[in-house]
Amino acid sequence: MNNPNKYLRYSAVALIASGTLILAGCSDNNNDSPAPIAPPVVAPVMQNYTLAVTNLTANQPMSPIAVVNHQVDTVLWSSGDSASLALETLAESGDASGLSDEPAVTELISGSGILLPGASESISMSINSDQVAALSVVTMLVNTNDAFAGFSGYDLSELAVNESMSFRVIAYDAGTEANSEAKGTIPGPADGGEGFNPARDDSDKVHGHPGVISADDGLAESVLNASHRFDNPVLLITISRTE
Amino acid sequence: MKLNQISKIFIIGSVISLPVTAAELEISVTNLTHGNHFTPLLIAAHDMDSHLFQAGEMATPALQKMAEGGDIGDLDAAVTGVGGVTIANPAAGLLAPSGKVDSIMLDTGDMTHLSITAMVLPTNDAFVGLDAWKIPTEAGSYTFTLNAYDAGTEANDEIVNGGGMSGVPGIPAAPGGDGGMNATGVMDMSSNDKVHIHPGVLGDTDLQGGMSDLDSRVHRWLNPVARVTVVVK
Repeated sequence: MNNPNKYLRYSAVALIASGTLILAGCSDNNNDSPAPIAPPVVAPVMQNYTLAVTNLTANQPMSPIAVVNHQVDTVLWSSGDSASLALETLAESGDASGLSDEPAVTELISGSGILLPGASESISMSINSDQVAALSVVTMLVNTNDAFAGFSGYDLSELAVNESMSFRVIAYDAGTEANSEAKGTIPGPADGGEGFNPARDDSDKVHGHPGVISADDGLAESVLNASHRFDNPVLLITISRTE
Repeated sequence: MKLNQISKIFIIGSVISLPVTAAELEISVTNLTHGNHFTPLLIAAHDMDSHLFQAGEMATPALQKMAEGGDIGDLDAAVTGVGGVTIANPAAGLLAPSGKVDSIMLDTGDMTHLSITAMVLPTNDAFVGLDAWKIPTEAGSYTFTLNAYDAGTEANDEIVNGGGMSGVPGIPAAPGGDGGMNATGVMDMSSNDKVHIHPGVLGDTDLQGGMSDLDSRVHRWLNPVARVTVVVK
């Protein structure tokens, strides 16, 4: 905002790039010099978005929703790969703050607090138009060892003004903590146990969560009951671009 | 505005350069389950009237063979027999939990729809399935997830006994070496003999006996069980 030249430079680069595309797309590649293109002066513009999130589970409160802006072509996790330390911390304790230190992350916005089962929340964000890139939304299901839910790497530039996009997301297993459901291992109100623990005693690969078993369904040492079981999808996220 | 013109020219350029019929696909499949293997995958491009399976319909004998024992041979022959093209066993064996097979190249020729199947093991007759997805004509990357289906051909007794032939009760194997033994068997009260969404397995925590030879801490899943990315070139 205090450096308008920066935006001028970006637009010029964009136009040069488009010019290259035209040349590549043309079959008759003659050598006429292209007409000079004057870069238009672009003032910084904010793009505004609203996220509506709803916890769809029966009895799995969710940690404060983390809304993460980051570079295009990056993701915060990928099924089949190991979780980052920041994601492990979120999935085991609900603390998303480490995500802001991930290399490709430009901004971390946090929901107002725990999102209770059945509850909805609206989160607003405003992004400089030249910084609109990829979006991830992620939260922990706190009555689990290391379940989290969300999506990663949605290209925000695909969304025009007054358009919206809905995601019904599944629960993932961070693969960093065994799903023992045992007393003292679950940070949520069902247990009040431990959050983050640096030991990785599960598959160490992010995958689809198999669901919790609970004591009611035969896992004798589980502190969970039938109400803590969940099925997919677990979270509804609607992102709308308002400006 | 100038940019609009520029994009128009570019878009027209791409349309002209698109191939008339054939699509070159690059496919990847990730096993999302906690502790289940996929037997060799069958990826098939076929016409709009063909199906490897359909929810709500009876399984064909070829599908039953795949769902109960992991044998994709008959399904493969059925597709190629009517002019379809297939990739059989791209992972060169089992696809382990959290395993991914990628860079699977498939030239679809003039085939318009894509299907995928593999047995979910250890189960009686669960399979991961994609039924006749219309291949987009627009180039790009398409990502979606697949559910586990129950072929409806075998009772889900959850006994690991080597039974992998069609019509033979039991589960062929627990490839992770994590199955139990001496289970008394789960009584499957379902009368649904059509292909349907799998209810999931029960399992128990008694590896030496109990009702099930599956481990409820290892072998349960929630749908979806696979993620697929198809890049249309």
